[in-house]
Amino acid sequence: METSNQVDPHSHQHDHRGHAHEFQQDYPSEPQRPTREQLAHINGWGADLDRKDRPGVPMERTPPRFIPPPVDRLPQQEQTVEILTSTERPGITPIFGTVQPPKGLSGMIRRAAFRWSENDMRHWLLLLAADRVNVVEGIGEDLSQGKVPNVLAEMGIKAEWEHNRAGLVKKAVVAGAVLGTMVYLMRRRDER
Amino acid sequence: MLAMNYRGPYRVRADHKPDPVIEHPGDAIVRVTRTCICGSDLHLYHGMVPDTRVGHTFGHEFIGVVDDVGSDVKNLKVGDKVLVPFNLFCGSCFYCKHELYGNCNNTNAQASAVGGIYGYSHTAGGYDGGQAEYVRVPMADVGPHIIPDDIHDDDAVLLTDVTPTGYQAAEMGDIKEGDTVVIFGAGPIGLIAAKSAWLMGAGRVIVVDEVEYRLEFAKRWAQCEVVNFREVNDMAEHIKKMTDWMGADVCIDCVGGDAAGSIAQTLTGRLMKAQAGSSTVLHWAINSVRKGGNVSIVGVYGPTFNMVPMGNVLNKGLTIRANQASVKRHLPRLIEHIRAGRLSPKDIITHRIPLEEVSDAYHIFSSKLDECIKTVLIPPRAKDVSAVQASKSQ
Repeated sequence: METSNQVDPHSHQHDHRGHAHEFQQDYPSEPQRPTREQLAHINGWGADLDRKDRPGVPMERTPPRFIPPPVDRLPQQEQTVEILTSTERPGITPIFGTVQPPKGLSGMIRRAAFRWSENDMRHWLLLLAADRVNVVEGIGEDLSQGKVPNVLAEMGIKAEWEHNRAGLVKKAVVAGAVLGTMVYLMRRRDER
Repeated sequence: MLAMNYRGPYRVRADHKPDPVIEHPGDAIVRVTRTCICGSDLHLYHGMVPDTRVGHTFGHEFIGVVDDVGSDVKNLKVGDKVLVPFNLFCGSCFYCKHELYGNCNNTNAQASAVGGIYGYSHTAGGYDGGQAEYVRVPMADVGPHIIPDDIHDDDAVLLTDVTPTGYQAAEMGDIKEGDTVVIFGAGPIGLIAAKSAWLMGAGRVIVVDEVEYRLEFAKRWAQCEVVNFREVNDMAEHIKKMTDWMGADVCIDCVGGDAAGSIAQTLTGRLMKAQAGSSTVLHWAINSVRKGGNVSIVGVYGPTFNMVPMGNVLNKGLTIRANQASVKRHLPRLIEHIRAGRLSPKDIITHRIPLEEVSDAYHIFSSKLDECIKTVLIPPRAKDVSAVQASKSQ
């Protein structure tokens, strides 16, 4: 396709290296700006040119315009499951999510992670570790419910087959070759 | 109900889960009629966001019909058609009072740096998302916005995140008349940011990506120049060259921690997780912008540290702005733009896929198959609503 490597209507089209006049002062000292006429074909150009039309200006705006008036004290949500809370705030927030409470080994790791603040790398590294443990727990959970997870379907193999058949075949061939080589090497080792 | 179910990196499926219930007097239950897969969902899908638990339902871009309301809800009633901003916010904390809805302090118990976000891990509050038939919507008087009759459902669902985020990305760049704006990422957010840059009076808009069909779409839809970074030796040098060696006035990061283009960043960020995702785009943005220029960041990074060239930020005197979009404050103006025909977000939707096929939908979007730009998922119980909408729009 044609990209700005080939087409760049606003600037020099060729590499100046090696030219006789290779001086910084050969170039404009200020940014070059197109005229309004040159931009007139852009649909909606300049509709928000005036900063007062931009909803995020000023950056902090008070009082808020588009929501009901704030209340002094929000009703507190009832806690029915274990919620891990950041050490960087006091207690639990008035509203919180309750899905997938911590459980199992991953839950233990998550509880440990929440002993440290968000400012501490141990917090995040433990959570990432817990996520990986949780994936294995998820497979166990499926099996315990009599469900064998169809991992290839979960990874979208149908879409891969429909839209990237050559790529899928290539991956299968490479995987087969790697697997075949490993089996061959292991057998050869056993034969010695 | 049927819902998307996360099973681990690159593994999701549609499963039956219990229906959500009212847990707080300010809650509503919304029956989802359309929901999107967002580029940010891919950070979860790729296992990059800490505390993404197996069983979680993603989806922070959704619209639907109010199915039930809690006892404190006054402004919504059963049957209302609503779009729901991706961030949960209370409307009462210090930040909400300043219209910083993306920074609400009362909806996420599990982290203080980020507010609550639907379907975005327990780091963002542990709320299930909208890639389901039903979803719990807390603070229903504050967050949801009733969809005006003249706004198409496809535009409405893109007003929940992608359109306000792309618009805010441009706005945080503080674009002035004639500015050269470089946008990294030709995904949905980058496309809206490009359109928004023109609305704010940019003189030149350049979109950078590696996928040719996305660049072709950007060039056609957002009328911008494009650069395929695979075809240039050095990104910063190339942008300088394109701008008579000045650099761009504004650089916008619409990619975040999944950025390609640097072996070292891929190794340390995307594979080893030794930093909060690959910061390739931050490097390029900081080094491509002119001295005294602005860098705007809406690409999502993890909560840990990133290796970025802070020395250049200091020496060049840059202004960096970044945030999750405060969706609600942008809605009135963006609806005006849609009505006036200046912006048509629904044009970027390339795929409409039943929720039942969520595994394939994620794979298509993640692997950029079938020239996918933006995917909408349709839950089974929404099909009647979609049919009505389709017949209306004909």
